[in-house]
This record gives sequence, C-alpha cells and structure tokens, in this order.
Amino acid sequence: MAISKAVNGSSDACDGVKSGMTLMLGGFGLCGIPECSIGELVRLRVNDLTCISNNAGVDDFGLGLLLQQRQICKMISSYVGENDEFERQMLSGELEVDLIPQGSLAERCRAGGAGIPAFYTPAGYGTEVAEGKEVRDFDGKPHILESALTSDFAFVKAWKGDTAGNLIYKATARNFNPMMAMAGKITVAEVEELVPEGTLNPNEIHTPGIFVQRIFQGEGYEKRIEQRTVRSRETPSNA
Amino acid sequence: MLDKNGIAKRIAQEIEPGWYVNLGIGIPTLVANYIPEGMEVEFQSENGILGMGPFPLEGDEDADLINAGKQTITAMPGAVYFDSATSFAMIRGQHVQLTVLGAMEVAQNGDIANWKIPGKMVKGMGGAMDLVASAENIIVAMMHTNRAGESKILPACSLPLTGVGCVKRVVTNLAVLDIRGGAFHLAERAPGVTVEEIIAATAGELIIPNFVPEMRIN
Repeated sequence: MAISKAVNGSSDACDGVKSGMTLMLGGFGLCGIPECSIGELVRLRVNDLTCISNNAGVDDFGLGLLLQQRQICKMISSYVGENDEFERQMLSGELEVDLIPQGSLAERCRAGGAGIPAFYTPAGYGTEVAEGKEVRDFDGKPHILESALTSDFAFVKAWKGDTAGNLIYKATARNFNPMMAMAGKITVAEVEELVPEGTLNPNEIHTPGIFVQRIFQGEGYEKRIEQRTVRSRETPSNA
Repeated sequence: MLDKNGIAKRIAQEIEPGWYVNLGIGIPTLVANYIPEGMEVEFQSENGILGMGPFPLEGDEDADLINAGKQTITAMPGAVYFDSATSFAMIRGQHVQLTVLGAMEVAQNGDIANWKIPGKMVKGMGGAMDLVASAENIIVAMMHTNRAGESKILPACSLPLTGVGCVKRVVTNLAVLDIRGGAFHLAERAPGVTVEEIIAATAGELIIPNFVPEMRIN
C-alpha cells in the first residue's frame, strides 16, 4: 500500500503556495486545465507568480482569472492568443512573456521531471529562439541546447485518479499534464473521480502515483469549449 | 486561380496511402476534406491525437476532445491519444510523413516565416518551429500575394523566421513551386493562370521550364 495522497479539496491541496513561486499548469487551451486549483489560487491572491503553461487561458477563464487580478508576473508558454487582458499587460510591460516552441516546452518539462538537465533539439535553430543558446551539429544538422524546467508546484488535471496518486487522463485533455506532473516539486492532481487505491487497472494508468504528492476530487467542472465546431445533423457535410 | 479549397484539393493529391499527416491551422485544415474515399491516411494533431476525425455532430461535442486549433473534433476508429512530449517525439523523430502549414512568407532558400510580425501582438509559435525543423516533407499552403498585392514568395524573408531551409514545396492560389538549389522552380500553373501572371506575383528567383503544365483539379 502506498501512503494516501488524498486531501479534502483545493484549499488543502494548495497549502504552501506562496507569492513569487514558479508554477506549472497543465492543459492545452482550456482543455484539461486544473480548474479547481486555479480557482483556489485566485482566492489565495498569491502574486508575482511565474506560470509555465502552454497557453494563458481566455479573459474570464483558466489562467485569465489569475491575469485579471495581476497575480502573474511572467508566463512561459508556446501560444498566448485569445486573451485581451494578457495582451494589455504584455504591451504595457507589466507581464514578462517567454515564448517557447511547443515541443521544446513539453520536452523541457519532461526533462525536468526525468533528471535530464538539458537536451539538443533542432526546433528554433536559426530563429530568435536560438539567441544566446549553444549550437551543436549532430549528423551534419544544427541543434540548439535547451534546459530543463521544474517548478515549486505543478497543478494537473486528470479524469480518474486513486488515493495513491495514479492518474488516467481522458482524450486530448492529457496534453501537458503528464510531463508537468513529473516536473513539480509538489504536484497537485485534481480529478473528476477519485477512487480507492487498487481500483484502477494498473495497465491503464498514464501517470504513476510516485509523481503526485496531493490528489483531490474536483467539483463543479465547467470544461468550457474554446472553439465549438460541429456538423449539422440535417445536412450531410464532409467537414 | 484557386480559392482556399482549391489549394487544399491540390495538396490532397500529394498524400499517399499509409501516411501520417499533420495539418496546420487555416487552409491546411481543409486538406482533410479532399482525401479520396477509402484512402488510409491518419491525421495527427500535435495536442495529442492520431486518427483525428471530422467535427462532431451537433450535441456530440466533447470539451476533452479537441485539435491543435482548439476546435471540437471526433476520433476515428483506431485513434490514439498521447501526451505532448510523445506527440513531438512523433514530429521531431520524423515519424510523420507530411506536414502542411500556412506561411506569411517563404524564401527561395526554403526559409519560412509564419509566427511573428514585429510591432503587432505576438501570439507565439505554438508547434510550428518543432514541425518545420524536423519534418522531412513540408508543403506550405498560402496565397501567392498579400492583400496589398505584394509577393509573399521572396528572395529572403523579412519577418522573423520560423525555420531555416526547410520548405520543399509551396502550393498557392497561382502555382505549385518547388524549392531547390536556392531558387523557386515553377512546377504547375493554377487553372487559367498564365506563366506571366506567376512571374509578376513572384519576387524570389523563379526558374521556369520550357513547359509548365496546368494543375489538374477535380
């Protein structure tokens, strides 16, 4: 038996988060984001946060809620469109933004969790992303050196989890969550369904509980859709 | 001259059975609509799915199932989900046979710019830099000129680069161009477009063979 990682809710899960910390937050757009933990960070009013997240939410949801209260001083992301308040803070200089190629961001988190301090990648060679970075040729092709990322806290969202911290994600809500779970000094997992240890099939677990320090069952998930694209039921379409 | 769907139709002809294909946002997304019935092709979206299907029927949308454009999608039978590191392992590791993406500018040495306009809001490169740095086969889908009528097919990119020397083929509303030896080579004309019109719309070095066939678009 593993020690139970279960905590009562987002309040207990976020205990110890302080202003000035570096946080990782899983999700792609609004898909698979830790809604309940973000809500608690908003309530805690911690600020001067450095947030590592592929995107920055929209104005009134996801990380946009933290931006509204000016709790974030730096974003490390690959794509930050779709957010007017973000744009205002970035252009006014209130918010520092470090843009990273998406695959490099994922791998930097994975490396951080896997004990690999840096790695070479071809992505970004010859662009402004490569400025100040070591370049080295492998098999005649230039690569740039990218360093690992870690964080004080990582907040991830899964579909199902057990009290040992084992996690199963649903569909494309997996995205950055597994790597960030590995890279957090304290990883907080929120799940839609928390079950007793031994209930999940070990063959089907995506994130082993060793990477998770706290887990809770979230409540009231909105799961907002950013771009609702559908086919009409009346007219057949090839879209 | 082709419209956006015409460009997508022409690019669809490049796809071979059994390929894994990554389609970018915009015109590239339309390519999926023109794959011949019964051809086995799997679409990868870099947020973490292989076997991406069409948009869901009204009422069937699932917030947990989206593509890299954050649009609700469906999964085909045999589809698989994975995390972002695995997704870019597929891309960087050259397991994806074809990448189709849009561009603001393409240069005759194969450079591409599609992520940043200085002085305007910078949204980020997303996965574009990883895709262009590693894909063996990159086709750019774009309009030949901008709204002001200026060529986007250039001797050198003026905008910040997304990748260097990586584009091999460009399909525009006017032509199919191949890039090799530091120049554009005119491979096909769009229906009803003359070689002279293509020359006028191309700022980069353009090599024109004796015979330039017209594209065959159904």
